[in-house]
Amino acid sequence: MSSTAASAPAGSAPASTAPKAAPVAKVPKPGSLKRRRTLAQWGFIAPAVIFMLLFFGYPLVRNVVMSFQHYTPSTFFTGKAPFNGLDNWRNVFQDDLFGKALWQTILFTIGSLIGQFCIGLALAVFFNRRFPLNGVLRSLILLPWLVPMVVSGVVWRRILDQDTGVLNSFLGLFGAGDTPWLSSTGMALISVVMVNIWIGIPFNMVILYGGLQEVPKEMYEAASLDGASAWRQFRSITLPLLKPVITVVLVLGFMSTVKILDLVLALTDGGPADSTQTLGTLTYQNSFAQLDFGAGAVVGNILILISAVFAVFYLRANRNEGK
Amino acid sequence: MTAHITDGSRQRRRRLDRRVIVPLTVVSALVGAVALSGCGSQRDASVFTVLNSSTDDSYHGWDAATLKRCSKQLGVTIEQQSVPAAQVMTKSLRMASSKSLPDIIQFDGSEMPTFAETGGLLDLKKLGVSTADIPQGILDYGSYKGTYYGAARTVNTLALFYNKDILDKAGLPVPTTWAEMQATAKKLTKSGSYGIALSAGGAEDGVYQFTPFMWSNGGDETDLDSANVVGALDYWKGLIKDGSLSKSTVNWTQADVNDQFMAGNAAMMINGPWQVETLNTKKNLHWGIAQIPVPKAGEDSVGPLGGGMLTIPDVGDTAREKTSAKIVNCMTSEQEEVTYALNSWMIPANEKAAAVWRTKVPSLSSLADQVATARSRTAKLGSGWTSVSLALQSAFQSALTGQSSESALHHAQQRVESGN
Repeated sequence: MSSTAASAPAGSAPASTAPKAAPVAKVPKPGSLKRRRTLAQWGFIAPAVIFMLLFFGYPLVRNVVMSFQHYTPSTFFTGKAPFNGLDNWRNVFQDDLFGKALWQTILFTIGSLIGQFCIGLALAVFFNRRFPLNGVLRSLILLPWLVPMVVSGVVWRRILDQDTGVLNSFLGLFGAGDTPWLSSTGMALISVVMVNIWIGIPFNMVILYGGLQEVPKEMYEAASLDGASAWRQFRSITLPLLKPVITVVLVLGFMSTVKILDLVLALTDGGPADSTQTLGTLTYQNSFAQLDFGAGAVVGNILILISAVFAVFYLRANRNEGK
Repeated sequence: MTAHITDGSRQRRRRLDRRVIVPLTVVSALVGAVALSGCGSQRDASVFTVLNSSTDDSYHGWDAATLKRCSKQLGVTIEQQSVPAAQVMTKSLRMASSKSLPDIIQFDGSEMPTFAETGGLLDLKKLGVSTADIPQGILDYGSYKGTYYGAARTVNTLALFYNKDILDKAGLPVPTTWAEMQATAKKLTKSGSYGIALSAGGAEDGVYQFTPFMWSNGGDETDLDSANVVGALDYWKGLIKDGSLSKSTVNWTQADVNDQFMAGNAAMMINGPWQVETLNTKKNLHWGIAQIPVPKAGEDSVGPLGGGMLTIPDVGDTAREKTSAKIVNCMTSEQEEVTYALNSWMIPANEKAAAVWRTKVPSLSSLADQVATARSRTAKLGSGWTSVSLALQSAFQSALTGQSSESALHHAQQRVESGN
């Protein structure tokens, strides 16, 4: 069913151009020309298709298969990984840590997205007007984006140290310098979210700023002539016209946030007492600390599934924009 | 655009089509071929590789010098390949699946059993690696299920490092029991400076540091919720409660602990000899070293045995493996062990080498004493250590951040038993 549906547009496209091209080229056999054109089109697509199959399709399928296998260090020698049905899945779901990590991933993702988006949008709106040093300041705000995630993590770990960190020393000036940023189970996740917001602001700002540039200035002029307040202008002009860009920012932000790993490892290693474990760190722990690759694959697959759902949203949003 | 295309250009375009089909197909095939190959690499008969975690400049240099001397002695070329410690295992497994294992792998003691369990390591005694003058404890450290797979060049353990100036100024002796350590730490704690620093981080570092307290108190990794383990954890909790140990300890690695000690933020610390090189870079820091205090006077201070061990994986070529054994023998020879130990501040595995070493660095002899009673983490559990270690990390972090030691350790024991 699906194969006929997929081949139909590929077959029909050359058919519609062939009658136009045939008299010009004066090729005796239009059929062979048609075939050659189809071949050429596939030739152009082939490298991309092969690339996708090798580097995305194969690992994906492999990961799904692995989650149903008893995959241990011995497998690397013997190549034998017996299928064990739903054992890995059952083990993962029965582990308290999975529920905890899932809940923390949700909190982390929602918290990060809201923070990044709101501050990013505010900054984008701020920089959308002309003022001196606008360009310099805007490029300075990009800095967090340029720093590798692990470096940010290590630096922030020092900044947030309860006793010797810069942040607490600074807060100490105001008489409040004993916040256990990373060393209490209640605070650690909030701190990790804050650092991730800091990292994500530039991305949100840049994309939203680009979107704002597209909004015609005349609309604001007209609105202010009509007596609309700044807030009203933002709500009735900026937000609706920015909607397609907002969808893109949120969906892309979601997909990069939900799979967070490096930042958490550098900041807290998932601790203290697993209070910052996310699905990403759980995959890492299962696969590379416990060397239980089957269980790691299960959590990995769940992450892929979640991302896939949002990828569909993204594609739909893009399609609507095209119409 | 299309509106401007003349018939001639369209014709040219079509000719282009034909011309690109072939190259494109070739490129696609090449991409595929390159991606799929990379397996059939050939071994050079006279070149041997050692995979280790000596990514630090100094360690890499010391190892390179050793390998150069052994190359000369054995008439082969030995190459060193260094990856971060956390990647030695995964890299080795990947290499095993592509049949391109190095000739010698240096594993951390806690990882060797996992690799040995796959059947991928060879019995060193059968290959002719010498075990003369190696104490039983270190032989056990390199063994898994009774077979000797790992030859240690040097071993290490943990000790109590103290700032001589701070202790002298306060007129306090170096503590030898838990009670003394707690009292000393409390006296030395001032605003901005703690009495003691240790690592209770959520990784093997933290577990390594917990073991001397657990074992000296009679606790055991096979029974995490026993009163002895609970007692050890309560002791740590007590230090935090007194304010002598920073609450940030749950975020610190052993390197962080060393930084705190060097910065003068801690009067004492639990750490290992691998920090000595860094400690000595600070000339005005006068530090001393002692055995980790024991619960009651007169008891044995039991520390963990640490350090890398040289293993020979099964590469399916007996002649090569025999030569690898000779390389291991060269690297663990008395002379090489002393040289390496003096460089890295670790303790030679070989008894004779250790005796020579003691005369050269008498200041570290308390480390050598600690090693004599030190225990291997994996001796009892083998590859099962990993899941115990993960459960234990979570447990002491829970306890240090508020939960009771008893319930945290009880939960950890249940987690180990349920296999998660």
